[in-house]
Amino acid sequence: MPVDRPTVARIAALARIKIADEELDRLAGELSKIIGWVEQLEEVNTEGVAPMASVAAMKLRRREDKVTDGGIPDKVLANAPESVDGFFVVPKVVE
Amino acid sequence: MSELTALGIAEARDLLASGKLSSRDLTAAHITAMEAARHLNAYVAETPERALADADASDKRRKSGAAGAMDGIPVGIKDLFCTEGVETTAGSRILKGFRPPYESTVTANLFKAGAVMLGKTNMDEFAMGSSNETSAFGPVENPWRRQGDNRPVVPGGSSGGSAAAVAARIAMGATASDTGGSIRQPAAFCGIVGLKPTYGRCSRYGMVAFASSLDQAGPMARSVRDAAIMLGAMAGFDLRDSTSAEVPVPDFEAAVGKDIKGLRIGIPKEYRVDAMPPEIEALWAKGRAWLEGRGAIPVEISLPHTKYALPTYYIVAPAEASSNLARYDGVRYGMRKDAAELEDMYEETRGAGFGPEVRRRILIGTYVLSAGYYDAYYLKAQRVRALIARDFDLAFEKVDAILAPTAPSDAFAIGDKSDDPIAMYLNDVFTVPASLAGLPGISVPAGLSAAGLPLGLQVIGKAFDEECVLRVGAVIEAEAKFRALS
Repeated sequence: MPVDRPTVARIAALARIKIADEELDRLAGELSKIIGWVEQLEEVNTEGVAPMASVAAMKLRRREDKVTDGGIPDKVLANAPESVDGFFVVPKVVE
Repeated sequence: MSELTALGIAEARDLLASGKLSSRDLTAAHITAMEAARHLNAYVAETPERALADADASDKRRKSGAAGAMDGIPVGIKDLFCTEGVETTAGSRILKGFRPPYESTVTANLFKAGAVMLGKTNMDEFAMGSSNETSAFGPVENPWRRQGDNRPVVPGGSSGGSAAAVAARIAMGATASDTGGSIRQPAAFCGIVGLKPTYGRCSRYGMVAFASSLDQAGPMARSVRDAAIMLGAMAGFDLRDSTSAEVPVPDFEAAVGKDIKGLRIGIPKEYRVDAMPPEIEALWAKGRAWLEGRGAIPVEISLPHTKYALPTYYIVAPAEASSNLARYDGVRYGMRKDAAELEDMYEETRGAGFGPEVRRRILIGTYVLSAGYYDAYYLKAQRVRALIARDFDLAFEKVDAILAPTAPSDAFAIGDKSDDPIAMYLNDVFTVPASLAGLPGISVPAGLSAAGLPLGLQVIGKAFDEECVLRVGAVIEAEAKFRALS
């Protein structure tokens, strides 16, 4: 299915990626080509085949529910573009 | 070239052990070579002071009789591995300035084994690429050139910096990571050995995530033995990676040099793709003859879903990437583009921080996961992935290992394929199937193309049977007598 200009704008918004208007048409063309190419999977008969999410033939390991890490707020904040008093700072979200 | 950069890991290890060589001298020689080869752009960050300090510590350890498997060996670290206190960008603008407060398990293991870090190597942005041209730090040059043509060719990708560094002898080995071929394809393009282990063999903790069900770390080196030594130091169970395999780490090096008499080697007919250059076909036939000459038994096999591996990969990997890369939000680390509103800040940051290929893949991933398309694309791809894995399961009932070319061509010129994403994706046609199935694969340099560039042969093995892969790879290496760059 071809990916049109409004679709690109919609998925870009979902992905939170700013895309300039003048780029939408080019991206629609590129994505249409790639999506068109992956659509060859339609010809494969997958009836009764369970989807494979991981090759690891195991159940997810569980561990005791206890704190194994922490107490390092300075390290956690060390790479933040902006932080104050042990908090990450973001633009105001509550009026 | 200095005499010391001519050494391999195994040779250097033995000289270090006998006291005839110090890590300080070995490391200093590599630092000099690294600085003289900056035109390759193989490293995004050089850490010479750290390297010398590591080397001195190694020499001291050795005197006290406590040397590890990689003690004193200078290596490059792909910039995908978090290194405590050393900037880690994964080749992206969006991670500019990020200094991890922790160490990845793979690098921690290597350093515990005594390895010396020369620096961080260049890579395709977030490991998305097959030529190293998507790096925010610019392309890497392959140290090889076509005969009679001095234009630079790509080193392959995404571990292009690691591959170029090892080939150019400005690292004795390097860490790399493989999601769809990012260890094996650049190893083939640069005439070195690259080993992608079984999914779960090396911990993913502290490795910048691209597609978590596929990402796997592995070594690059100039010989099969060196790759085996390095893998032994990188691998191992890790509680901090939920998909890390709780299996013992065997003595990989012991597999190198074992004979292959009676081993059954699968030759998959579906890998004879349209438009495969005759020289690749010829090399593949040669590889088969080499193994047969050493007593292995070639067996024609079929992996019927091979042609669907690439389209499957280009749904699964972008889907996982779109989810993994949601963490780059300009709040906790990396780059931020300021805006008055939070939503705008996210969009501006991500719009400016991601390069075109990463953006394209996030958009594809978001599309195939979005409401109304999830079943048709993502679930469908996961079902086909199961069929691809089953093809291998059935084949491995009949054979011990599979022989295939690593890549469908030799290295291409910088800029040649950067305008056509699908043409670029086709580079991974022979490496993606094993990635989807989580199987170990090695690329061994096996010959030169007509243009004089390296070509690799790939050996794919059963899950957790890296030893068989190394054993067969070592025979190809011995028969091919490939001449590395001096």
